[in-house]
Amino acid sequence: MVKLKSILEKSYLFIILAILYAPIVFLIIYSFSNSSNFNFSQGFNFKAYISIFTSDKSPELWSAVGNTLLIATVSSIVATVMGTFASIGIFHLGKRMRRLVENINQFPIINSEIVMAVSLMVFFVTFAFPEGYLRLIIAHIAFCTPYVVLNVLPKLEAMDPNIYEAALDLGANPFKALTKVMFPIITPGIVGGFVMAFIMSMDDFIITQINKGAATGINTLSTYIYSDARVQGLEPFWYAIFSIIFVAVLALVLSINLVKISKQKKKEKEGAK
Amino acid sequence: MKKIARKPFRLTKKAFSVPYIAFLLLFVVIPLVLILVNAFLDNGNKLTLENFKVFFTSSSTLTVLGNSLLVGVITTLLCLIIGYPVSYILSKMSSGKILVLLYIIPMGINFLIRTLATKAIFLAMGLELGMGTVIFGMVYNYLPFMIMPLHTTLSGIDKSYAEAAQDLGADKATVFLKTTLPLSVSGILSGVTMVFIPTISTYAISQLLSNGKIFLFGDSIQLSFEQGMYGVGSIMSIVMLIFVLLSNFIMNKFNRRGNAARRSLW
Repeated sequence: MVKLKSILEKSYLFIILAILYAPIVFLIIYSFSNSSNFNFSQGFNFKAYISIFTSDKSPELWSAVGNTLLIATVSSIVATVMGTFASIGIFHLGKRMRRLVENINQFPIINSEIVMAVSLMVFFVTFAFPEGYLRLIIAHIAFCTPYVVLNVLPKLEAMDPNIYEAALDLGANPFKALTKVMFPIITPGIVGGFVMAFIMSMDDFIITQINKGAATGINTLSTYIYSDARVQGLEPFWYAIFSIIFVAVLALVLSINLVKISKQKKKEKEGAK
Repeated sequence: MKKIARKPFRLTKKAFSVPYIAFLLLFVVIPLVLILVNAFLDNGNKLTLENFKVFFTSSSTLTVLGNSLLVGVITTLLCLIIGYPVSYILSKMSSGKILVLLYIIPMGINFLIRTLATKAIFLAMGLELGMGTVIFGMVYNYLPFMIMPLHTTLSGIDKSYAEAAQDLGADKATVFLKTTLPLSVSGILSGVTMVFIPTISTYAISQLLSNGKIFLFGDSIQLSFEQGMYGVGSIMSIVMLIFVLLSNFIMNKFNRRGNAARRSLW
């Protein structure tokens, strides 16, 4: 009886997993077929991968990739610097003020992306911000910085305030105490925030799509996929690109989480000792 | 001497937050205020209530609202029905913590790519795109958002509750209904919010998976602004905002830790 139940449970888990991954697996398999409609009439080949570089759409594709990286780099760096200093500031604010700022900081996270996107769009139009990169980067900073703050603040809370005081008592000036004592302690939070901001920015579609402005011709990878695939379905080279992204994301997320889990286990073991 | 030297820096540390507070006011608060203001303006920037009348009487906006709620409720229920057993079984397994990753990883892949992948397969299978494919796509996209909070809550429940109930003579069904289920309410609410809100406000998924036949709230917000109907679009955004705030309020009541993971990857 117990065995049957366990088999049933495992097969349920397996079926759901299979459904979740079926589209991904199919796409990867057919990325080697160079077809748009799931057939191997041309046999197994790498043409789709090669056409990432040789298709007549490659220039547009690569400029979209470049834009994605550019916007993600600039906005995540600005978000990290502003967010880190903001966290130190917020940490030292009075109770009420701190709660207010933290609540506003939470807003871009809980708000639905489409509302944030159109509100920024109306703002940019009303105050006549120049279309293009400026709007996009500001918008990306706006939704990335809250994650930096959320990563750094807990580190500040966990920090022993006496360490900073001790540095001052031992003769460090406030600037040194900040750079030599406080920053090293909160660095894991800063790095975590930066990585998250970078990924968020790369992953964004809705806010970019609505704020990019039709006339500028600026596309990020996600908006270019949308504009190209909405009209005529997926061309073979998209299968190749999607497959690369799938594998990269799988590897990245899996490795980050495995490191996290092994760290946790180490801690637990040390705690047990 | 020392004390005096330290004091001014205390003040400057607070000042570190000023640029960001200014940024938040400028690019988060004011844009939302502008949306509120636009709801009461007509195209000539005169005060009016006409937009509300259009929103609440036009059959197209009401259809969109109805469609969104319908798709949202069905998707959320399906995610809960499919996701709860997954999380529950995983929470009982010793390797559940690692296995659950497999269910969450797809969240890390851009939703547009996942949606286009499913669409390609629907088309290859010759399925007609419509309500069915939209709901499948939504469930496919948002199931991980349900499993993640449910698994966190379920695996955090102290096993001794269930054991105690069992020792006191409850049968398995009663143990589940009277201990595990009530103790997992906060996870259910987080999951429901994390699925329902993105589902009704999503942009592009329903359009792509129904060939433009079914428009949900997110799509029609975008469309109204694109067509220059700022007033109606603003009202739709406000309705959306009310949904967001309401669900967040309910969730926070049950789950003091709040929810920072809505758009996070892991």
